[in-house]
Amino acid sequence: MAMTARQRARTSLYVQLGLFVVAVVALVITIDWATIRSAFFNFEAIGGMFPTIILVGLKNTIFYTIISFAFGLALGLLLALMKMATFAPYRWIATGYIEFFRGIPALLVFITFGFGIPTAFPGVVWPTWLVVMVALGLVAAAYIAETLRAGLQAVPRGQYEAARSLGMPGWRAMLTIVIPQAFRIVMPPLTNEFILVTKDTSLIFVLGLAMGDYELTKFGRDGILQYGAGITPLVVAGAMYLIITLPLGQLARKLESRSARTKR
Amino acid sequence: MTETKRSTAAGVKITDLSKSYGPVEVLKAINLEVKPGEVVCLIGPSGSGKSTLLRCVNLLEQPNGGSIDVGGYNVTDPDVDVDQMRRHVGMVFQQFNLFPHLTVLQNCTVAQQKVLKRGRAEAEKVAQANLEKVGLGTFASRYPDQLSGGQQQRVAIARALSMDPNLMLFDEPTSALDPETVGEVLSIMRNLARDGMTMLVVTHEMAFARDVADRVVFMDGGVVVEEGTSEEVIGNPQQPRTQDFLKRVLDPTHVDVE
Repeated sequence: MAMTARQRARTSLYVQLGLFVVAVVALVITIDWATIRSAFFNFEAIGGMFPTIILVGLKNTIFYTIISFAFGLALGLLLALMKMATFAPYRWIATGYIEFFRGIPALLVFITFGFGIPTAFPGVVWPTWLVVMVALGLVAAAYIAETLRAGLQAVPRGQYEAARSLGMPGWRAMLTIVIPQAFRIVMPPLTNEFILVTKDTSLIFVLGLAMGDYELTKFGRDGILQYGAGITPLVVAGAMYLIITLPLGQLARKLESRSARTKR
Repeated sequence: MTETKRSTAAGVKITDLSKSYGPVEVLKAINLEVKPGEVVCLIGPSGSGKSTLLRCVNLLEQPNGGSIDVGGYNVTDPDVDVDQMRRHVGMVFQQFNLFPHLTVLQNCTVAQQKVLKRGRAEAEKVAQANLEKVGLGTFASRYPDQLSGGQQQRVAIARALSMDPNLMLFDEPTSALDPETVGEVLSIMRNLARDGMTMLVVTHEMAFARDVADRVVFMDGGVVVEEGTSEEVIGNPQQPRTQDFLKRVLDPTHVDVE
């Protein structure tokens, strides 16, 4: 029997819903809920993790993110300006840097950095925060640089010309007129970069951290052994990341819609 | 603000100026003089090089040859302090180019403070006086995107005036405006001319050129085709190219289409 287009669409929807329900039911029946509860949501372990996970893990994650992002922002701005420079070697250096650090896994950079610093500067002990800031910042800078360059190029050339025609030197025109406008334009993608840095702090355990320097992931991994509650500590750590990243994602979307509104 | 004494009005002397973009010669050995206090209008078809010529005067474009003297500064000398020279040369752009992240007042104070190193109070006093001069004294705390095109262009003029320029360059200041706001900008420019400001104006407003300009220069194909008083060039053009251009501009519906 021939079906109309509407009937076909409706049947197809029912089939999709049916398959989905079957899959969920199958999962619910086959999963061992008791074990899930003890291995993922062990309430005793969760209780035991507080308040240290906040005072140490969350605090350090936020701290590392902020200092690394600040370092990455400064270096990224420098790279973005170099990439737009008229002096060709500046452009080559910036391009080489950006392509290199975007092309290799961040974990590799951190491992190399962790070994490289003591090897390159024997006898000099870098404090943990400095190692973290530079290692994470070096990688973040490559991504931030591209974002900022797009923002700087989105500021109309007339803005720079107007500033220069008022007697501002080139650097002053960039600093007072072009860069502030560029930052406004790239606030949404920059917020996303911040979220990425937040998540990348989970990789810096490879640098070797003392107990008081643990960020959320390392704290969670340690908790697996400590509490014997399966991966409950990682679930808690994951929730902590969401506490940071979800509002930021919301903020990025808000900024995006605002800049879409003001654009003419 | 009726009495603004101008201590120094700068003239411009352009000698054998040439400018090319790659193989394209935009300006071919231009000679032009603007005496202190004089208003000179540059007219001509698009692509004739008049905007490029104007932009060479404050070095937004780098000339390839010839020399430009602006109030004693040899602009084309490689050792000239470009930023120092530009302090005395105001520029008004077709697209206004107001700074959208700053208020109207800040638009008029930022260069005073950063370039002339004036204190904030003094800069704001100067800015406010110039905003009042262009009839926008009550708009100081607004942002540019809250203003009409004509208002924005008047702010741009106030911004340039706040640097106490000796010379003002206008690059098609009314071309991007809605027809009903053209008049307010032109009348500000008329007042400036009356006050003795030296002005070099690229414009398509023939009525303005006729009424305000001391001299009119007609350019086409990168050369000065004809120059003289406004009565001479607009009222009684001698060159066929000038006659043809003016016929098209002044009476656009009667152009013969062949």
